[in-house]
Formats: sequence, C-alpha cells, structure tokens
Amino acid sequence: MTLDTVLVVAAGLFSVGVYGALSQQVVVMVMMGLELMLNGVILAAAGLWWFLAPAPDGQVLLLVVIAAMTVEMAMGFAVATLLNRSRQSDMTDMATDLSG
Amino acid sequence: MSVVLDGVFWLLAVVSVASGIAVFRVDSMARATYALAVSFVAVGAMLLLLNLEYIGVITILMMVMEMAIMGIFMIMFMGMNPALMPMSMVHNKVGSLVLAVGVFVVLAGGALLIDWPDRRGAPAGDLTRSLGEAIMGSKMLVMLTVSPLLFATLVAALVLANPRGRYDRFGDDLRAGTPSGPAREGDDS
Repeated sequence: MTLDTVLVVAAGLFSVGVYGALSQQVVVMVMMGLELMLNGVILAAAGLWWFLAPAPDGQVLLLVVIAAMTVEMAMGFAVATLLNRSRQSDMTDMATDLSG
Repeated sequence: MSVVLDGVFWLLAVVSVASGIAVFRVDSMARATYALAVSFVAVGAMLLLLNLEYIGVITILMMVMEMAIMGIFMIMFMGMNPALMPMSMVHNKVGSLVLAVGVFVVLAGGALLIDWPDRRGAPAGDLTRSLGEAIMGSKMLVMLTVSPLLFATLVAALVLANPRGRYDRFGDDLRAGTPSGPAREGDDS
C-alpha cells in the first residue's frame, strides 16, 4: 500500500462516478455517480494526508468532504421530490428546460 | 504484517471499484443501492487501514444509513418494487464511457508520474483525539462554516420539497389577508 496505489484506486472510483453522473437518466442514479466521485475524493485525500503530511488538522479536510456529501444528498433528494411533484417524473431528460 | 496489510488493501480496492462499477451495471435500483453501500464500506475499511479510525467508522455508518434512505426514495419515486424491475435508463453511454476512461487515464497517470515529496511530520499518537482538538482549536473556523451551511441545506431542502409556500397561501404579492391553508384532507390545491 503506497500513495501511488491509493491514488490509482481513488482515480478508478472517481472515473466510475463520472461515468454514472454523465450517463444515468434517473436523478437518484446521477446522485449515486456523484457519491462515487466523492468517495474517490475521500480516499485520495486520506492517502495524501497519511503518506505526505500526517499533521493532526489535515483530517478536518475529510470531514468537510463528508459534509459536502451530506449536503449533496439532501439537496438531491429535495430536487428529486420537486421534480417528481411538478413533472411526475424522476428523469433528468424531463427537466431540460428552466420554465415551470 | 505489511504483506497481509497489502493483501487486505488490494482486496478492498478491488471490492470498492468493482461494486462501484456494479452500481451502473446491475438491473435494479435496489441492487445498485446495495452495491454503492458495499463500495463505501470498502473505502471506509481502507481509511481504517490508513489509521483513520474515526473518519473510517463515520464513513461506514453514514453511508450505510444514507443508502437505506436512498432505497426508500427510490421506491417512493419509482412507484414499483425496485428489486424486481429490470432497468436500463442511460443516455450518451459511449460519450460518458470515453470521458470516464479519459479522466481515469489523466488522474492515474498523474498519480503515477508525479514525483511525490517525502513525508513531512509524524501522525499524532491518538488521531481521533487530535482531530477533536483540531476541530475545537486551530480549525474551528471550518466547523463554524460547515454548521450554517448544513442549516442552510436543511432550510433549502425543505423549501424545495414543500408542496406550497407562503406565495401559494397568501397570493403572488402576499396581499391575501387570510391564508388559503392549512392543507386539509382532499385539498390538492
């Protein structure tokens, strides 16, 4: 387990997330892609912290990424609820315009 | 010992990436949710290998709960039993795949080609304690920023998800003296 290997695994997770976020039509599945991307970011940040500069306060960055994940989930579900109510749909392709 | 650790790391790495791929390959949303939860648990376990006990455990706990909530939302929105319904709802599959592979090549290439500097400093004896002290001391501003952000998220999510707000009840210019609500049974206005 070296920094290189940890970062390559993180890059793999991030790339799979990119594919999901770009290719999926259902809002919740798009959110899953975003979550996978953040999953990779967490792993990369943890690897960089441990192998380069394991100062105590570096861990705070990971807490911030986890908080960002929480915010993404909450807002994603709110948007999915709104979309479901206004369009009776959960597909991104049904929300390509800005008019209500 | 390090050989065992390396073996465990690679096992977790394969599990995390494979279950991440499975999220978009399986034919039902329930299975996709479980696959994502497995990926998060594997990453949480990798954090434990990096001695991040606290962050690793909260990643596992939070994400398992989050996936459970996600399952509820899926059933709610899709109006069907998501474990039984095959699905393939994608657009621009080839373009997305090309972009994802490109991102991986750039990121992994950077990780392998960069001459990373030597480790500076040493980890604290008790990492969880040192994280707590950092939050309450030198990095308190970060937590002070995250707290209103989370509160704003709560408010924004409620406003977005609320079926009607003050403008629906008091008119577009808020001049209606009495609200048209509260919502009653059978009232779908």
